[in-house]
Amino acid sequence: MQTPHLPTLRMYPDHLTQLKHKAQAMPRQQNHASELHLTFPGTAIAVRKALADTLAALRFLDLSPEEAGTVELVLAEVMNNIVEHAFADNPDGMIELGITPMPNGLSCRLCDDGLPMPDGMVPLGGNPSLDCAVGDLPEGGFGWFLIRDLAHDLEYTRSSGKNRLTFRISVGHAHFEA
Amino acid sequence: MQLETVNRDDAIIVTALMDRIDAVIAIQFKDDMREACENGPARVVLDLGSVQFIDSSGLGAIVATMKLLAPDQKLELAALTPTVDKVFRLTRMDSIFAIHTDANAAFADIAHVS
Repeated sequence: MQTPHLPTLRMYPDHLTQLKHKAQAMPRQQNHASELHLTFPGTAIAVRKALADTLAALRFLDLSPEEAGTVELVLAEVMNNIVEHAFADNPDGMIELGITPMPNGLSCRLCDDGLPMPDGMVPLGGNPSLDCAVGDLPEGGFGWFLIRDLAHDLEYTRSSGKNRLTFRISVGHAHFEA
Repeated sequence: MQLETVNRDDAIIVTALMDRIDAVIAIQFKDDMREACENGPARVVLDLGSVQFIDSSGLGAIVATMKLLAPDQKLELAALTPTVDKVFRLTRMDSIFAIHTDANAAFADIAHVS
């Protein structure tokens, strides 16, 4: 993990491809072996690339456009939050993303060694009030609302100086039912 | 600037040419919108038909644009693609903006402004 100046995304496409083929060749209860793991710098531009790579790697699940949009949105919000807050004082931080496709959805894990969540817990993420004058409309605060709305089983732990967030995105069922 | 502008009737149509408005370009987008609309007509119709993805940073940039154009100019939106539409619906921001099915609809039938 101590390669903060590495500008490019580290991915394991061969590994992924192998697992994918293995998953297709084996009985479908083994499909969750097709795991995705990415490690990339905690910057907005690296997050954008990680999103594109993740969606490309998940193509075998045949997600509908709506499902793919949900996945991209949840992951974008979670990872933007890490960039903006956990790594607010550290431009060299690295983010680890793990995704395991399961019959009940994508099991996702995010890990970073940035600052802890405020009060050691995930923000409640209520939707900001829009009942106000145009000049007072909120420009932020929607991220956690969207995450809580679209993700399930959200859990946060802080240990050994690392943030670890796990959640499930309920998509991709068609692949496992096929 | 990834924005294209056309004047029409009493309005300016600003077409966003990028395929996403995310944390990478949110601030740039807001600045470009300000520049594109400066000293322009009172109605600003932002055509988002090319934008396939928006995150909360992009949403914040559009809200910020609306705020900095007010009170002399009013920002309306057109041609929301499915994921963009979803973000506006979930956050209830669809209740704040007039949203048209496409830029032409913004002129065809004002009565249908939602």
